[in-house]
Amino acid sequence: MENTILKSVDFDAYFGENHVVKKVNIEIPKNNVVAVMGPSGCGKTTFLRCINRMHELIEGASTKGKMLLNNEDVYEMHPIFVRHKIGMVFQRPNPFPNLSIYDNVIAGYKLNGMKMNKADKDVIVEQSLQKAALWNEVKDSLHKKGTFLSGGQQQRLCIARAIAMEPEVLLLDEPTSALDPISTSSIEVLLQELKKNYTLIVVTHNMQQAARVSDKTAFFYLGELIEYDDTKNMFTNPQDKRTQNYITGRFS
Amino acid sequence: MMNVWKNVKIKRAFHQIRMEKFFKTSLVLIALSILILVISFLLTLVVQSMPSIKALGFGFLVGKTWDPVANVYGTYPFLLGTLLTSFLALLISIPFSFAIAIFLGEYFPRGWFSEFLKNSIELIAAVPSVIYGFWGLFVLVPLVRSLEIKLGVTPYGIGIFTSSVILAIMIIPYAASLGREMIRMVPSSLKEAAYSLGATRYEVIRAVILPYAKSGLMAGVLLSLGRALGETMAVTMVIGNTSLIPKSIFDPGNTMASVIANEFTEAASSLYLSSLIELGLVLFLVTVVINLIGKRIIKRFTTE
Repeated sequence: MENTILKSVDFDAYFGENHVVKKVNIEIPKNNVVAVMGPSGCGKTTFLRCINRMHELIEGASTKGKMLLNNEDVYEMHPIFVRHKIGMVFQRPNPFPNLSIYDNVIAGYKLNGMKMNKADKDVIVEQSLQKAALWNEVKDSLHKKGTFLSGGQQQRLCIARAIAMEPEVLLLDEPTSALDPISTSSIEVLLQELKKNYTLIVVTHNMQQAARVSDKTAFFYLGELIEYDDTKNMFTNPQDKRTQNYITGRFS
Repeated sequence: MMNVWKNVKIKRAFHQIRMEKFFKTSLVLIALSILILVISFLLTLVVQSMPSIKALGFGFLVGKTWDPVANVYGTYPFLLGTLLTSFLALLISIPFSFAIAIFLGEYFPRGWFSEFLKNSIELIAAVPSVIYGFWGLFVLVPLVRSLEIKLGVTPYGIGIFTSSVILAIMIIPYAASLGREMIRMVPSSLKEAAYSLGATRYEVIRAVILPYAKSGLMAGVLLSLGRALGETMAVTMVIGNTSLIPKSIFDPGNTMASVIANEFTEAASSLYLSSLIELGLVLFLVTVVINLIGKRIIKRFTTE
């Protein structure tokens, strides 16, 4: 593909002896939303965590194969740079409980020990919160703790925190599974906005969500990438029997 | 027939109610007895030190001379000695105990080496303090003496500094063990959030783990301070036991606990004995006050 930003080549991931991601080859086009779906335990979250090298933080975890970001193997880069370029949003909102909303947004800069003047910080905080569609709700309480926000607001705060680092790719691991329907739909709307500037990879166990938000969909089953296609094709005309069974609800 | 069983059941029920009452009363009594014990500790100390309080008044606390032969009892040198050795020991031990806590709690929580280290640290707490005294006398004192010669101060060997080092070693396990537990309790989702932003391990520890675990770390420090304030044997053996006010940390001195242990058997006059008991009362109160202040600090840290 011409505008591929991320590409995995024969990628394997293990937990000790357990082979959880098997020979995955996938190409992610720029400024797309790619949904990764599949039943529980199919390796979709593990695969996501391999992209920004979070997988290796777990003891006994290992990987094989190539993960190319702009044709550069992330496994040959320092993990710190990888994570600057590939941001992540987790299943449960995890704002830092000891920091204010403001400090949560610039947490990435603070953590990395970057010295910035207040004006620059203000700009980053406001822009990130605006991009995460949270600015209007929190602009008067920027210096309060982030933990008093609702679950959906906390998750948008985590998105703001991730995009404040200006990553190229944003990984979202079931970002709405801990949220109520209204917060969920606000996050889904947000994803459409975000794809103008970033490439999004969303793991979801919710097929309707995959159909609603994504341009392309990948279906994982037992650690393998079974099918990867434009979302429209995938849901109307699946090629593989297993994909068909999954989207028609014959197993979950 | 039915009637018989009915009576048995009622009897049984009465028995159950009695047992329940008995159980509840014994719990209350046991809880109360602890309270009574603490209060009677305090009362005994106060009553026994009344003669000295009456005779010496406030001068007991601020008096700079302790001379039982002349019946002069001023505890300022010992108060100073206790606080000086304890806080100096705390200062020496904190870098070590925090480093151990971070190492065992976050950096290497598993594996034979960390298991070995963990057990060794716990063993430090189990060694009887008289052994520390011995070790201090035969190993640490010569070392400190050669250090003092190099620094050009009077080479006593024994003194405030030596006691502080011994104390520091003795109290490391308290802060280290509690700190390790607290660091292990930091939720991994927070750590992952920081890693996903490109933080290094050091940055995660500094910005996420330490702020989250700080109240626990403070509690560990407080625990070790309490231990340092009351430690008697090891300190007595290496502090020099002089009633003079120490002018530098390399001077010999004395702590309240050491004075009591050393002089209790030779306290001939009743005022002497009473002064020693009042010394115990002061030590008791100092410990309580420092504990209260520490708790306040921990509370402030956690509510913020």
